[in-house]
Amino acid sequence: MPSLTSDVIKPPAPPSRGFGGGGSDGRGASRRASMTGLMVLLAATTMAFAAFTSAFVVRRGMSNDWVALPLPRILWVDTAMLVASSVLLEVARRSLKSGRRTEFNRYWTAGTALGALFLLGQAFAWRQLNAAGIFVASNPSSSFFYLLTAAHGLHILGGLSALVYVDVQALSLRLGPGKRTAVDVSAMFWHFVDGLWVYLMALFLVWG
Amino acid sequence: MSSPVVHAHHAPQGFIRKYVFSLDHKVIGIQYYFLALFSVLVGMSLSLLMRFHMVHPDAKVHWFSTLWPTAAQGGIMTPELYLSLMTMHGTIMVFFVLTTAPQSGFGNYFLPIQIGAEDMAFPVLNMLSFWTTLLALGVMISAFFVPGGAPLSGWTGYPPLSAIGAVAGPGEGLGQTLWIVSIAIFCGASLMGAINFIATIIDLRCQGMSLMRLPLTCWTWFVTAILGLLGFAVLLAAGVLLILDRSAGTSFFVPGGLLVSDQILNHKGGSPLLWQHLFWFFGHPEVYIAILPGMGVTSQLLSTFCRKPIFGYRAMVYAILAIGFLGFMVWGHHMFMSGMSPYSAMAFSVLTMAIGVPSAIKTFNWIGTLWGGKIRFTTAMMFALGFVSLFVTGGISGIFLGQPALDLYFHDTYFVVGHFHMIMGVAAIFGMFAGTFYWFPKMFGRMLNETLGKIHFYVTFVGVYAIFTPMHFLGIAGNPRRYSDFTNFDFLGKLLPVHNFMTQAAYGTAAIQILFFINLFWSMKYGKKAPMNPWNATTLEWTVPSPPPFDNFAGQHPVVNHGPYEYGVPGAPNDFIMQTDPVDVVREPHA
Repeated sequence: MPSLTSDVIKPPAPPSRGFGGGGSDGRGASRRASMTGLMVLLAATTMAFAAFTSAFVVRRGMSNDWVALPLPRILWVDTAMLVASSVLLEVARRSLKSGRRTEFNRYWTAGTALGALFLLGQAFAWRQLNAAGIFVASNPSSSFFYLLTAAHGLHILGGLSALVYVDVQALSLRLGPGKRTAVDVSAMFWHFVDGLWVYLMALFLVWG
Repeated sequence: MSSPVVHAHHAPQGFIRKYVFSLDHKVIGIQYYFLALFSVLVGMSLSLLMRFHMVHPDAKVHWFSTLWPTAAQGGIMTPELYLSLMTMHGTIMVFFVLTTAPQSGFGNYFLPIQIGAEDMAFPVLNMLSFWTTLLALGVMISAFFVPGGAPLSGWTGYPPLSAIGAVAGPGEGLGQTLWIVSIAIFCGASLMGAINFIATIIDLRCQGMSLMRLPLTCWTWFVTAILGLLGFAVLLAAGVLLILDRSAGTSFFVPGGLLVSDQILNHKGGSPLLWQHLFWFFGHPEVYIAILPGMGVTSQLLSTFCRKPIFGYRAMVYAILAIGFLGFMVWGHHMFMSGMSPYSAMAFSVLTMAIGVPSAIKTFNWIGTLWGGKIRFTTAMMFALGFVSLFVTGGISGIFLGQPALDLYFHDTYFVVGHFHMIMGVAAIFGMFAGTFYWFPKMFGRMLNETLGKIHFYVTFVGVYAIFTPMHFLGIAGNPRRYSDFTNFDFLGKLLPVHNFMTQAAYGTAAIQILFFINLFWSMKYGKKAPMNPWNATTLEWTVPSPPPFDNFAGQHPVVNHGPYEYGVPGAPNDFIMQTDPVDVVREPHA
């Protein structure tokens, strides 16, 4: 009579390859975990901004008090700076891969500086709106503008501190192979907040 | 076992680093467990006060006026005080007990050991996550002690009540602000925890621990972490909007022309429904955050104590994934009352019914596991069986509530209170009790007392059914929920004896919990010494001493050769095969 448990005495399947389960092998596992952690963090950020977006769209669609917000022109300069900083970081990363340390330091520092300038530019945009008498409670469009730029700015601040950390390590010649993960993770996070900003700009332009 | 390697961080010396700001997942797990234990005491005390007030609304209690000089002047509880107790009971129970103990407590302690890892992927993040949770609890509790007291708007914090400040009533000023701030901090803590759980489970599994060899507990912690990640991110966003409505004068959730306490408010154009959508997009998955780890523990225990493989392992895994996925598509069934289009309501209703399929798969598989098993009725097993019973009872009433036409009637009655306490409250807590009795030997190196445990189980099991079953009948009879006093309504007069019965049952059930606490703390010091594997279980935590060493495997790297539920194996030296046993431990039985 076949037993309910007969299937367990078959020889066990070989361990799966690739997707974990391969044994924690020191730095390799820790690097993979950092990458996974980053992806998971980005998923959470995406969800939060998706929630903001749906609130934005619903709030705009369901009442007639929405007044389009005049976007400060400096935002275009900011956008260009942020995209350029991403490009510079990517160039820096490639230089590092081919072992050109000096170039890496130069490009990474430039990218970080542009990131900081972006934040200054955002502050300038806020000042311009303030001067025009547009505050957070003036209109739902301005409420969302301040909210989204602030939420994005916080992410920029987090990314910027990671970039600065890598830069300090690099300039003080302490960027050993163990820090490559920090380089990759901070650059990827930066690309993400860069893309997020482009998305927010599109949202402001289309619906703001 | 492969050769030992140097551990990434060394065992800390000194009390502070070892037990307070510890990076060790096991210490952090125990810290979370005790945080939840403290919270459940607070939450339970609040519920007893509420049950007392419902049957004695006019009673003068001297110490009420000592505790709440304004809200209980002369010792009589005001309706507002009742609502604040209800709000805090729900909030503390949902966030600081049901979300905290099963996932952050047991998950933190046992996930790394069960997958053969030395620690969580990000130990510092793990420590931060605990301390931010504690901060959130402190902020939440402090709402009791500010002018106006704790908020009134329920654990769901619906605007406009929650969004317009002190004009909406006592507790809606600073108390409500603290509530939102606490929830926002808690969201941050949960996100940190979720990142850790997901990265750990994906990347730190030991050699041979393929996904299909994961214990079901790990699967449920994994899916719960994903739900927490996606859900808490949305709740955080919603909380920020609510804080802005309260403090910055924005109008996301507050409609125009609102007249509250004879004042016309300045807000205009916002939508309270927007909050409901955002909140329940988190709120429904939250139900599964509370219950999924209990399902994992139950599966683990039924298999262990029946000495049989879990029936349909793969089906269980797919059911867990399906529940997690569908959990994000049914939030609208909390809003059938909101005047939504009947077509939307039907879509939400059909999707809600669809969750019945994976839930039934799990229940059938639990029963299939029991079928023909050599059942060992330990206290842990009794609580696991209790979980199955409560899950079925609470789940069936959910099928009624998932029908829009019926929900319109039931929604604001005690039927809903009975339903969600059964499934989300008591079933999940039975999962925690089961986990406590099962894992206590590993965590503290001593066994819990089985006799005290059995008495505790039987009284609690009968007690919770006595409290919550009558609620369904009250709901059918039309007894509204959230009322602090039923004595002024003719049609409710005949139901008062039922409320009285439920209150007595609540007193009894609460009293027997003292026995559990005695058992817990007494056994920690004086319980029978626990062997390495007291239950003859197969998973990795039972291959290490009780309690495990600092890095779990004493520098060794375990290698897994078997699935997690190989019990009752013909030809095996014992009736079970440990996951780390060599491949050829089983001789083919003679044909």
